[in-house]
Amino acid sequence: MTPELGYAATVAALLLALYGSGAAALSAAGRRGDLRRSAERAAIGVSVLVVGCMLMLVYAFLTFDFSVRYVASNTNLGTPFYYRITALWGALEGSIILWTFMLSIYTLIVIARYRRTQPQLYPWVLAVMLGLSAFFLLVMTIPAPPFERLSPIPADGRGLNPLLEDSGMITHPVALYLGFTGFTVPFAFAMAALIIGRTGDEWITITRRWTIVAWYFLSLGLLIGGWWSYHVLGWGGYWAWDPVENAAFMPWLTGTAFLHSVMIQERRRMLKLWNLALIILTFSLTLFGTFLTRSGIIGSVHAFSQGSVGQFFLGFLALVVLGAFSLLAWRLDRLHAQGELDSIVSRESAFLLNNLFLVAAAFTVFFGTVFPLLSEAIKGTKVSVGAPFFNLVNIPIFLALIFLMGVGPAIAWRRASAENLRRNFLKPVVIGIAAALVCRLLGIANALVLLCLALVVFVAAIIVLDFARAARARRRTGDGWLDATWGLALRQNRRYGGFVIHLGILVLALGVAGSQAWSTQTEATLNRGESMELAGYTIRYDGLQGVEESNHAKVIGTFTVSDKKGPYTVLTPAKKFYPQEQTPIAAVDYRLGFVEDLYLVLGEFARDGSHATIKVQVNRMVSWLWIGGFVLTLGAALAIVPEPRRRPAVPRAGRTVVA
Amino acid sequence: MNRKAKFIAGGLVIVAALAYLIYAGVSQSVVYFVTPSELGAAPVAGKSYRLGGMVVPGTLKWDARSLDLRFTLSDGQASVPVRHRGTPPDLFAENRGAVVEGTWSHDGYFQATTILAKHSEEYKAPHDQSQAGYKDLLKTLRGPESRP
Repeated sequence: MTPELGYAATVAALLLALYGSGAAALSAAGRRGDLRRSAERAAIGVSVLVVGCMLMLVYAFLTFDFSVRYVASNTNLGTPFYYRITALWGALEGSIILWTFMLSIYTLIVIARYRRTQPQLYPWVLAVMLGLSAFFLLVMTIPAPPFERLSPIPADGRGLNPLLEDSGMITHPVALYLGFTGFTVPFAFAMAALIIGRTGDEWITITRRWTIVAWYFLSLGLLIGGWWSYHVLGWGGYWAWDPVENAAFMPWLTGTAFLHSVMIQERRRMLKLWNLALIILTFSLTLFGTFLTRSGIIGSVHAFSQGSVGQFFLGFLALVVLGAFSLLAWRLDRLHAQGELDSIVSRESAFLLNNLFLVAAAFTVFFGTVFPLLSEAIKGTKVSVGAPFFNLVNIPIFLALIFLMGVGPAIAWRRASAENLRRNFLKPVVIGIAAALVCRLLGIANALVLLCLALVVFVAAIIVLDFARAARARRRTGDGWLDATWGLALRQNRRYGGFVIHLGILVLALGVAGSQAWSTQTEATLNRGESMELAGYTIRYDGLQGVEESNHAKVIGTFTVSDKKGPYTVLTPAKKFYPQEQTPIAAVDYRLGFVEDLYLVLGEFARDGSHATIKVQVNRMVSWLWIGGFVLTLGAALAIVPEPRRRPAVPRAGRTVVA
Repeated sequence: MNRKAKFIAGGLVIVAALAYLIYAGVSQSVVYFVTPSELGAAPVAGKSYRLGGMVVPGTLKWDARSLDLRFTLSDGQASVPVRHRGTPPDLFAENRGAVVEGTWSHDGYFQATTILAKHSEEYKAPHDQSQAGYKDLLKTLRGPESRP
C-alpha cells in the first residue's frame, strides 16, 4: 500500500509545485497578495508531501518491502540498520528524493526569511524555486520513480552496493547535495532580479551568505568524497579525475569564482553581467553533473546506466541555460558597470585574474571530461584523456591561483602604489623564497614541490603578517592578545573566515604536492611468517582468518609491522565477499600519520592461508589534505556567522581596505 | 595603447596560454580506445591504448611469487595477449569484461599498466553462482591450519 501512497504523494507534490510556481509568478506580475499566499501554502504542501515520500521510502527500507524495486536493489535482509536508512540515497531514485527534499527545505527558509523583507524579489524567487522543485518531482514521477513495484517479489533484496557501506557514504551525498541545492537560492534571486529589472547589488547582498553556505557544503562533500575514495576504494588515492568527481568539482570551481567576484561588485559596482553569468553557470553545472553521471554517456566507475533520466536532465539543462541567458540578454542594457578598472596592478585585476583562472580550470575539467564525446562526434575515434591531462593542465593554473590568493587580499584597490607593494609584499616574497631555499638545502629536489612550497609560504606569510598587524592595532586599544585575535576574527569574520579558508587550502596544496611527489608502493607475495620491507617498515604476514558478518563474509589477513624503532602496529586488511557480488571487495587497513600513512591492501591469497599477496603503500602527507580540509571548513563556518553591522568604508586609491 | 586595449591584450595572452596548455595536455595524454581486432589490425609500438575485451577462459595465468599476470583479451574475432605485473583487481575474472591501459610491446604482447574491471550496477539475483564457493572458503579458513 505504501508504495502507491508514495507515488500518489509524488504526483500531488508535482501538481502543487507547478501550481505554486505559476501562482507565485502571477502574484508578482499582478501584485496579488492572495495568490502569493496561496503559492506559499502550495510550497508548504510540497515540502510536507516530499517529507512524506521520504519517510515512506525509509519505512519500506526498514520493513524490507522488497516489492519496491528500489528497496530490493539497494538492501537485503542482512543490511545493517543504519545502512538501511542511508540506502535511501544509495542510488539514483533516492538521491533525487533527497535533492527535492533539500530544495523544499531551502524554499521554506526563503519563505520564512524574505516574505516580508523582499516584497518585490520574493514572489519571483518562490516561482523559480517551485519550478525547479517541479522538475525534480517530474523526474521522480516518470523516469526514476522510487516507488516502482517489482514483480515477482523477490525473497531477498540484492543489497546495498558494498562500496557504499561506509560512514563516508552516509555524509558525503548529503553534504554534496546540500551544496548543489544551495546554489539554487542565489540562482533564483538572480533570476528574480533579472525579471523585475533590479539588476543592482541587491540580489548579491541578500544571497551572499547563502552562497557561502552552499560552497561550504560542496567543499565538505568533495572532501568527504576524497576521504571515502582513499579509505574504501583501496587504490590509495583520493582523487582520480573520474567524471563523477569532475561533475562535482566544476560547480565548486565556478562557485569559488562567484564568491570572489561578488566582492568586486559589492565594492566597485563592476562585473554585474559576469556575476549573473557565473551563478547561471554554477547552477547549470550542478544539473550538468547529474546529467553526466546519470545518463551513462561517459563511462565512470560510479556511473549508473539509467537511460531516460539523462535525457530529462539534458532537456531541463537546455531549458535553464536558454531561459537564464535569454533573460540576461533582455536586461543587458541595465548591466553596465558603474566602476571601471584603473590599473593592472590592483586588487580588482587580481580578483579578475583569479576568476579567469578558476573558470579556465572549470573549462579544462569540462573539456577533459567530455573529450571522449567530442572526439567521437568529430573524428569518429574513441579516445580519452585521463589523469595525466588534468594534472598537466591544472597544475600551472592552481599554482597561479595560489599566488593570487596571496596577492588579492593584500594589494590595494584601484591602483597599488610602489609603497603599498613594498610594504605588503617584500617580506612575504623574501620569506617564501628563503623557505624554498632552506628546503632545497635540506634535500628536497622536486622543482614542482619547491615552487609550490615557496608560493604557499609566501601566501601564509601575507596572511599571518596582515593578521598580526591588525591584532597589534587592536591591542593598542588595550585588548589582550587573545581578545584582540578573537575580536578581530569575529568583527571582520568574512575577511578572516576567508583567510582561514585560504590557510586550509595552503595545507591542502602541500598535501597534494607531497603525496604526489613522495608516495611509494610495492607489491609482494609472502608465505606465512615471511617479511618484506618498504621505506623503513618491515611487514610480516601472520596468516588469514575468516569472519562472517550479517551480510557478507570477510577474509582478514594479519600483518605485523615494525619500523626501525621496533614493533609499530598490526594491520588487518581484508577481502569482503558479498553474496550479490561476483567478485570480492578489498577492505584496506592503514595507520595514518602526520608525515606518512602506511596503507595495506590484501590481494590474492591461498585458501589455506599459506601465502598471500599484499600491496603496501607509504602515502606521504595525505593527512595534510584532511587537516587542510578541516581548517577550510572551519574558515567557511566563521564566514557564515552573521557579520556585525559596520559603516561602509569608501575605498581610496593606494590604501588597503578590508574586503 | 590605452588601458582597455592593454587589458584585452593581457586577457588574450592568458587565453592563448591556456589553449596551448590544453592542446599540449591532450597531445601528451590522449589514449586510444580500441578493440582487440582494431589493435590487431594496426598495432603501433609505444602508443598508449585502452584495450577492451573479454578475458578468454583458460588463458588467465597468475604467478603469485613473481606477480606476473597473463591473460588474453578477445572481442570474438581477434585476441590479444596481455601481460601485467601486479595483483588482478577485485572484479577481474575469466569470461568477464575488462579494460586494460598500456602499450603494445615490440615482442608481440600488450603491456598493461592498469587493469579496469567492468563493474555493473544492474540488478542481479542474489546468491550468484560464481560466489557460491565462498562458504567453503570460510570453512577452510576456520580450519586448524590458519592462525588468527
